[in-house]
Amino acid sequence: MTENGVSPRAKVLTIDTMNPTVKKVEYAVRGPIVQRAVELERELSEGMKKPFAEVIKANIGDAHAMGQQPITFFRQVLALCSYPELLNDSTFPEDAKSRARRILQSCGGNSMGSYSASQGIDSVRQDVARYIERRDGGVPCDPDNIYLTTGASDGIVTMLKLLVCGEGETRTGVMISIPQYPLYSAALAELGAVQINYYLNEEKCWSLDISELQRALDEARRHCNPRALCIINPGNPTGQVQSRECIEDVIRFAAKERLFLMADEVYQDNVYADGCHFHSFKKVLFEMGPEYSNTVELASFHSTSKCYMGECGFRGGYMEIINMDSEVKAQLTKLVSVRLCPPVPGQALMDLVVNPPQPGEPSYDNFIKERTATLNVLAEKAKLTEQVLNTVQGISCNPVQGAMYSFPCITIPEKAIKEATDNGQQPDMFYCMKMLEETGICLVPGSGFGQRDGTYHFRMTILPPTDKLKILLKKVKEFHQKFTEQYS
Amino acid sequence: MSEPRPVQLCVMLQCFKRLQQQPACRRTLSALGSLYGARKPYNTVIDVTWGDIHRAGVKPLSFVRQVLAACLDPTLVNSDKLPADARQRAQRLLGGCVGGSVGSYTATAGISEIVHRISEFITRRDGGVPSHPENIYISPGSQWALTNILKILVNSKSSPQTAVLTPLPCHSTTSLSITSLGAVAIPYNLSEEQGWALQMEELHRALEFAKGVYNPVALYVINPGNPSGHVQSRKSMQDVIRFVSEKRLFLLADEVYQDFVYGEHEFVSYKRVLAEMGPPFADTVELASFHSVSKGFTGEGGLRCGYVELVNVDPAVMKYIYKMFSMDTCAPVLGQLALDLMLNPPQPGDPSYPLYNVETRNIKTAVANNVKRASEVVNGLPGFCCQPVQGGAFAFPRLYLPPKAIQKAKEMGMQPDTFYCLRLLEETGVFASPGCEYGLKEGTYHVRFCILTPEDTMEELLGRLTSFHTQFMKDFS
Repeated sequence: MTENGVSPRAKVLTIDTMNPTVKKVEYAVRGPIVQRAVELERELSEGMKKPFAEVIKANIGDAHAMGQQPITFFRQVLALCSYPELLNDSTFPEDAKSRARRILQSCGGNSMGSYSASQGIDSVRQDVARYIERRDGGVPCDPDNIYLTTGASDGIVTMLKLLVCGEGETRTGVMISIPQYPLYSAALAELGAVQINYYLNEEKCWSLDISELQRALDEARRHCNPRALCIINPGNPTGQVQSRECIEDVIRFAAKERLFLMADEVYQDNVYADGCHFHSFKKVLFEMGPEYSNTVELASFHSTSKCYMGECGFRGGYMEIINMDSEVKAQLTKLVSVRLCPPVPGQALMDLVVNPPQPGEPSYDNFIKERTATLNVLAEKAKLTEQVLNTVQGISCNPVQGAMYSFPCITIPEKAIKEATDNGQQPDMFYCMKMLEETGICLVPGSGFGQRDGTYHFRMTILPPTDKLKILLKKVKEFHQKFTEQYS
Repeated sequence: MSEPRPVQLCVMLQCFKRLQQQPACRRTLSALGSLYGARKPYNTVIDVTWGDIHRAGVKPLSFVRQVLAACLDPTLVNSDKLPADARQRAQRLLGGCVGGSVGSYTATAGISEIVHRISEFITRRDGGVPSHPENIYISPGSQWALTNILKILVNSKSSPQTAVLTPLPCHSTTSLSITSLGAVAIPYNLSEEQGWALQMEELHRALEFAKGVYNPVALYVINPGNPSGHVQSRKSMQDVIRFVSEKRLFLLADEVYQDFVYGEHEFVSYKRVLAEMGPPFADTVELASFHSVSKGFTGEGGLRCGYVELVNVDPAVMKYIYKMFSMDTCAPVLGQLALDLMLNPPQPGDPSYPLYNVETRNIKTAVANNVKRASEVVNGLPGFCCQPVQGGAFAFPRLYLPPKAIQKAKEMGMQPDTFYCLRLLEETGVFASPGCEYGLKEGTYHVRFCILTPEDTMEELLGRLTSFHTQFMKDFS
């Protein structure tokens, strides 16, 4: 009742009148645990006493947030693009200046503040195509098949939008790996598509079994229309780097079952383990010959947020579309126009990523030094994380072959499981929340990514600086031991 | 103005490609064929199809770009190449970035200090009406935020189909956003004779038409208008608010052109009008207002940043709005910083103030002159009639085409105003948008062109337009 005794009127937009599919959307990486972490940070800054001095956000794949330094050359070029008066400044190297001039020439009004074409700046798309050709040993790439995007996420969601249609039994089904990066499940929920889970094999280092793909597909065919298969390689959260044979098997499977392949390859430079190599889906597809390369429909995604750049805040990315029906491609072009265009600094940055300093150029040595150092440190931290976590009774961590995360399996005592379930919480969320409150360490529970029933995990990034990571791992170990004792 | 470059065939082709992509247009190959081997009587293409001040030739604001440069390359913070206040501002902004880097993700709704300053800006702008940071989301552009709000409003599976009332004419991005989400855009006609004013009878008619067939959930208004150039009166806005209140519609107010108003016209925000109407409206009408760094004097469209402020939205729904924005991770950081700089420019006494003041005054003067000149020239041409450009980025004159021209267009398989724009591009290098892109009814033809250009560009454009138009009307008489 309001003050004057009139019943408050119902809102136009309520839980009941809103889009029902949105209610099913969960995005664990920025979910309740992160919101609590932010609250705790605020409480700490207000002087509240906690059992820890700082909140460590090991939940999000954000390298700069954890102290990784940007690549000097990239930032120099972008600064020059931002304020071209600096082109007269002798402290900037010549190769940075020539890159900046070239980028500015391709921008409307010579400014990064102009909108670009929706598909992205032409010269950048051409440079991306050439990069892909070099990376893939000469397999041709048509710049017309390149779409620059606002981060890889934007491209992924746009493709899923194109793919999803139908009603009831003909509703599009999309195969995604379990565990998966929760953008996929969130987008599928929002689009009202059918999520088809295929389980990665934890015992075999999170590898992909074709028999499991087949099982998932056959089961799904009974109630929906499976049309796409998503794969993240190197994997998130699992970190596995798929073998070439596995990629060939997946391509054969997609060809046989007529599935659109979506290959999320944003971690393509983050490969650490001996014997592991990144093989792009595009390259393998074409090396399998025209029977496959002329027919299998593929979208590959890349980003400026990961690898050695870690420039998440630029929201730069691209997708390459292979063998898409030309009428559908026209629809895709129309769809991306709704976004007007991807952020131009992100496009410029992508141009630099695919067109880095070359031997002989003034910035080359420093560039190589920085890139190598960054990737080496990540490799060390990947190894360190796996080693330390495996010393903990009740924690078991697969090798972190690539990407930026560990995804260990944790044993949670029955008592804790019961307390969690009584509170309506997933047991690993319960575990992670306790860890957050007691140590200030913010992780993401495995339930946010999907896992086999009865198993529990958490995802922790390998990004904190080595010293801090060691402390982190020690605290995780201590917490786990204490937690296990407390609930035994 | 820089040295004119020879016209590149590829530039022309790009323009044609874009025309081709427009929803309502079709072209024949023969029109393309006329390009090859033809000598052009002009050196540069004047592209005024975008509401893009930088593309149109206006330089970015120095202060904004200096601060961004220092944020990108923090070694500049300690060098004397940039003014002290720019460096200080960069330092302050970097302090709000995690890890001190513009490469980090930010909080979902945006960098918290910036969100706070947006709410302070809104309160200042609206004469003290309170604004709460938790109701503000920074997004990769105002249209992106609009799409996120529409995603909450639109149930693509509902029967009857969700509908959003939109103005006619309306820029195509919004219409496309609505339809791509599975909803239908129900047009309410703006009255061209009244300077493209919104008419309440039209709102009522559109709603009546929609009811029973569709499920109308929201009303979209854009003020100042695009393409219309109309600036709404306070009374009209009050009428709209009463309308949405009575008819139970969510109000979507696109206000990205709020910094461009001309003559005696003034912009007042829907939020302010709503607050000043007091209860019950002020406490109940559900409103989303949109603003952007793409327009105004900053004109940084390429940085992709805008924000939405939500008013009177159900707290339970706010939770889901957060989820939708969280899926995007965050808006581009450089854009967020530019937004902050736009809303908190240098102040008198700051070292950068004199230059900032000169630059913005020059833009303002140029645009005001452009509005005057464009209206004069266009209205002086027979077959052309332009409503007063009260605000916004565009002139949107009406074309009265001779029947022969309309016939020729039909033969070529295209809309008459597309045909006019194509010819205009081919023969003069002026690239303007045909009115059919904005959904206008059959039998009326318009051209839209951006007026945010340097003054000499506008003179050049108007000169080319005048000679073309005169010849065209003669050729098809």
